[in-house]
Amino acid sequence: MSAPTTVVSLKIDGKDVSGRADETILDVASENKIHIPTLCFLEGLSGWGACRLCLVEIKGSHKLLSACVTKVAEGMEVTTDSPRLLKYRRMVVQLLFAERNHVCSVCVSNGHCELQNLAQVLGITHIDIPYRYPTLPFDASHDLFRLDHNRCVLCTRCVRVCDEIEGAHTLDVMGRGIDCRVIIDLNEPWGSSQTCTTCGKCVRVCPTGALTRKGTGVAEMEKDDQFLPYLTRMRGSQS
Amino acid sequence: MSAQEPAAAVKKVRIATVWLDGCSGCHMSFLDMDQRLLELAPLIELVYSPLVDHKEFPPDVDVTLVEGSVSTDEDLRKIRMIRGRTKILVSLGDCAVTGNVPAMRNPFGAAATLDRAYNENAQLQKQTPTLHLPTLLERVRPVHEVVEVDVFVPGCPPPADAIFYVVGELLAGRTPDVGAVTRFGR
Repeated sequence: MSAPTTVVSLKIDGKDVSGRADETILDVASENKIHIPTLCFLEGLSGWGACRLCLVEIKGSHKLLSACVTKVAEGMEVTTDSPRLLKYRRMVVQLLFAERNHVCSVCVSNGHCELQNLAQVLGITHIDIPYRYPTLPFDASHDLFRLDHNRCVLCTRCVRVCDEIEGAHTLDVMGRGIDCRVIIDLNEPWGSSQTCTTCGKCVRVCPTGALTRKGTGVAEMEKDDQFLPYLTRMRGSQS
Repeated sequence: MSAQEPAAAVKKVRIATVWLDGCSGCHMSFLDMDQRLLELAPLIELVYSPLVDHKEFPPDVDVTLVEGSVSTDEDLRKIRMIRGRTKILVSLGDCAVTGNVPAMRNPFGAAATLDRAYNENAQLQKQTPTLHLPTLLERVRPVHEVVEVDVFVPGCPPPADAIFYVVGELLAGRTPDVGAVTRFGR
């Protein structure tokens, strides 16, 4: 017997809404067609709170909280859009562009990239932060896929889909701060991985051109992550 | 002056375009405005550009469209001089705005880049040219890291529609909302 569902009432952007107590602010906002920008979040995967794009203001709290991992509560008053939030969201996207070598014009994901779209939606026409230009590796050892660290935003969607959905946990992250990297197994070439099932889910959920199918040229890599909520729902109903 | 001539003859806006480290694609996109160039012609005077024959960048330019990143000591000298002579400086295209493809050498440095081109991959007369050529900067930089930029128009290249819109808005004295018409890597 499942626990009784508690329903809470709250305000998002002045609108009266309600949701289950175990839902996040992002869940309830999207049920009510209130758009909050996201990057690391993907429906069907666990919330991670890594990218900080979905930061919202909550009345009574001086901290900004990630909508994707913060549960709704009775009487909460949430603001999803303000000059302050826009400033931080723009800063987050600019930092991502400055951190690695995202050269949109020659990227296989040009035109289908969530980072590129976010920059446009948030009105970012240039990057005020000096670019770092790090020297980063590129792993093309797998028969079908490529991993380009230059274009990775460390959203960990690939890590989560590999662990939570495929159950292989081939991908993980290594290092801290600026040295953080997505790795295959124990930081080994992808092509020699014993655990990778070559299912390609990581490639399909990657928001940028970091994980791509081999054989795609500039702007040819279209991602398709629509399979995920369906897959998660079907699995849930079997257990 | 004849009596028939309109009293308030519109003063033409002085426009320049420059080509730093880029592929000239942004200038091609400028030309892709096609017949709309005829609409602009009565309103503007193209005082300096790779597309016309002026040798010197003149003083008192109203709008300069800059294609390309700042990659050599000559680019640096030029863009500083141009900034001093321009009211509204527009970074046109991804090379000017982000560094783009020219900046892909930045993780490696200038010496390694020259070595790759003129020694490692050369088959005859392996030597790095020095005479009559500007010196590469250690790092390629977007224009706004070197001088103040007033308007940014990303895109590789920015579509002709976007350039027409931006120039039109500037001629009308408005600040263009560039996000609506182009983006990085367009």
